[in-house]
Amino acid sequence: MSVLVYVENAEGKFKKSIFEAISYAKAIANQLNTNLVAISIGNVATADLENLGKYGAAKVLTINNDQLKSFVNQAYASIIAEAAKKENANVVVLSNSFSGKGLAPRIGVKLEAAVADGAIELPQTDGGKFIVKKTAFSNKAFAMVEMQSENKVISLTPNSYKVVEDGAAATVENFSFEAKASDFRTMIKEIVRATDKISLPDAELVVSAGRGLKGPENWGMIEELADLLGAATACSKPVSDADWRPHSEHVGQTGIAISPNLYIAIGISGAIQHLAGVSSSKVIVVINKDPEAPFFKVADYGIVGDAFEIVPKMIEAVKSLKANA
Amino acid sequence: MKILVCISNVPDTTTKITFTNDNTEFNQAGVQFVLNPYDEIALSRAIELTENGNGTVTVINVGEVATEPTIRKALAIGATDAVRINAVARDAYFVAYQIAAFAKDKGFDMILTGRESIDYNGAKVAAMLGELLDIPSVSIIKKLDVDGSTAIVEREIEGGKEVLSIPFPFVAGTAEGVAEWKIPNMRGIMSARTKPLIVVEPVEVKKLSEIVKFETPAPRGTVKLVDAADPEKLIDLLHSEAKVI
Ligand SMILES: Cc1cc2nc3c(=O)[nH]c(=O)nc-3n(C[C@H](O)[C@H](O)[C@H](O)COP(=O)(O)OP(=O)(O)OC[C@H]3O[C@@H](n4cnc5c(N)ncnc54)[C@H](O)[C@@H]3O)c2cc1C
Ligand SMILES: Nc1ncnc2c1ncn2[C@@H]1O[C@H](COP(=O)(O)O)[C@@H](O)[C@H]1O
Repeated sequence: MSVLVYVENAEGKFKKSIFEAISYAKAIANQLNTNLVAISIGNVATADLENLGKYGAAKVLTINNDQLKSFVNQAYASIIAEAAKKENANVVVLSNSFSGKGLAPRIGVKLEAAVADGAIELPQTDGGKFIVKKTAFSNKAFAMVEMQSENKVISLTPNSYKVVEDGAAATVENFSFEAKASDFRTMIKEIVRATDKISLPDAELVVSAGRGLKGPENWGMIEELADLLGAATACSKPVSDADWRPHSEHVGQTGIAISPNLYIAIGISGAIQHLAGVSSSKVIVVINKDPEAPFFKVADYGIVGDAFEIVPKMIEAVKSLKANA
Repeated sequence: MKILVCISNVPDTTTKITFTNDNTEFNQAGVQFVLNPYDEIALSRAIELTENGNGTVTVINVGEVATEPTIRKALAIGATDAVRINAVARDAYFVAYQIAAFAKDKGFDMILTGRESIDYNGAKVAAMLGELLDIPSVSIIKKLDVDGSTAIVEREIEGGKEVLSIPFPFVAGTAEGVAEWKIPNMRGIMSARTKPLIVVEPVEVKKLSEIVKFETPAPRGTVKLVDAADPEKLIDLLHSEAKVI
């Protein structure tokens, strides 16, 4: 038996969410008294693969060829399922990234495995059971899912498990497997990446603004504050509906759900559908001129006042904090 | 073009979520159920793509008879016909298995789902269906166009987007951006009553998992308010007390 973790790369590099997934998978392997194996698909430098040992993956399998250079959902799922079989892995761990969401269910079907999507804690394994906690009802509740099948697939919500660094360099082995031709029916025509921006699902800090900002021309101060903090920017739904901001920034029940360490909401009322996407943030700060705004009920810190006066002062304060650091 | 749209029946987005029976069951008392908003987007796009007699849109739901008002709503919005698999939707695998069993020999060019259902938020059905039918799937798309028998879709990736071409048949989970929500008109509502809705009995599916308990998030402490004249204080608290910056 073993635990297998899929280590997704973004243009050849691993992100923090992958180190979280490895650390999480290693802790599960320890719980089950077994070892952890990682699988990497695509083009990654050997040194970066060896480095994964630091987080607990003593052995890293790697596979790459022209067809596998960029993500192909079906083929990647076939390879990961195959690696699980070869390594005798009953538990497969992935990061619940956009690609992970497309892979986990496919791997689950291939292995006839229960799939726990978006786990937020280590499984409870007492009494021979295997129970995973995940969010449900758009962050309004948690569900404890008992995985009853022999094989299990778990995808870990980014930012919900701490990276642990205590291992040594990993041994890297080539993995060979021919995915079938029909696994390559989709074709990537274009990839557009705004490389200078922090991606919202991965961000530890998020500065978000709503209709209270009156118009797109006022986002300069939001971006400035975010840049200074090293935060990603987000917005409420009406803001992206009005094309003040791109849809990819829309958080909430119909946008994306995030769980950063810090969420600063500026000029957002805190409608239940908005909260659904952000309420699992660790610290919530609300700036709103209306003391009755519902957002204050779920906030840790707040200022009742005009964003146009407060945000510039926050920017100055962050600047002087950095200057004194 | 023959399109199948998978629709789920979920608690309205404003629902206060509570549980009964020692936190093992979702408390449905007083809850209003609606068509999952993402499925509505999928349905709207399917209707746009088949306008002017350019195909049909079948909606399918795995649910008991109580879900029929939601199915009728989908017909009112403009679906051609509807199928209900008569079973409690136990989990995503069960749902995908039922839909795959129904769809496998029907020749659909594309199967659309929502990106996720807003109750259990699994975002699993689309990819499971793709796997069960051995056809391509994309779990979250923000744009869907058709060029002959190929679709051009835009998929979100961390910090950007990816444009893909996918040959028919395929499965895709739709998110905001794919279409605008459509509001049923009077004619739609009238005709929905007479559009075909067939009921199919479920097939056997192996049980892989079960929700054994629900928890509600611990309430946050009361908010610490900082004076509007002193935002520096807030930054200081975030730095030295909350230790997040
Ligand atoms: C099915 C459905 C799904 C939805 N999904 C989402 C979703 O995913 N995400 C989402 O965000 N919404 C969603 N909504 C919409 C949601 O219900 C709210 O309408 C929306 O979140 C409100 O956005 P807002 O807070 O930016 O705007 P408003 O509600 O207009 O709030 C603006 C706030 O700004 C404050 N303000 C105004 N001027 C200032 C100032 N100068 N300084 C400081 N504060 C100021 C006001 O006091 C107010 O609280 C959904 C709705 C439905 C029906
Ligand atoms: N009971 C159901 N019947 C039909 N389709 C469903 C059902 N449950 C979920 N779906 C579809 O699958 C999508 C994703 O659901 P989920 O994987 O549960 O998040 C939904 O947006 C629907 O399109």
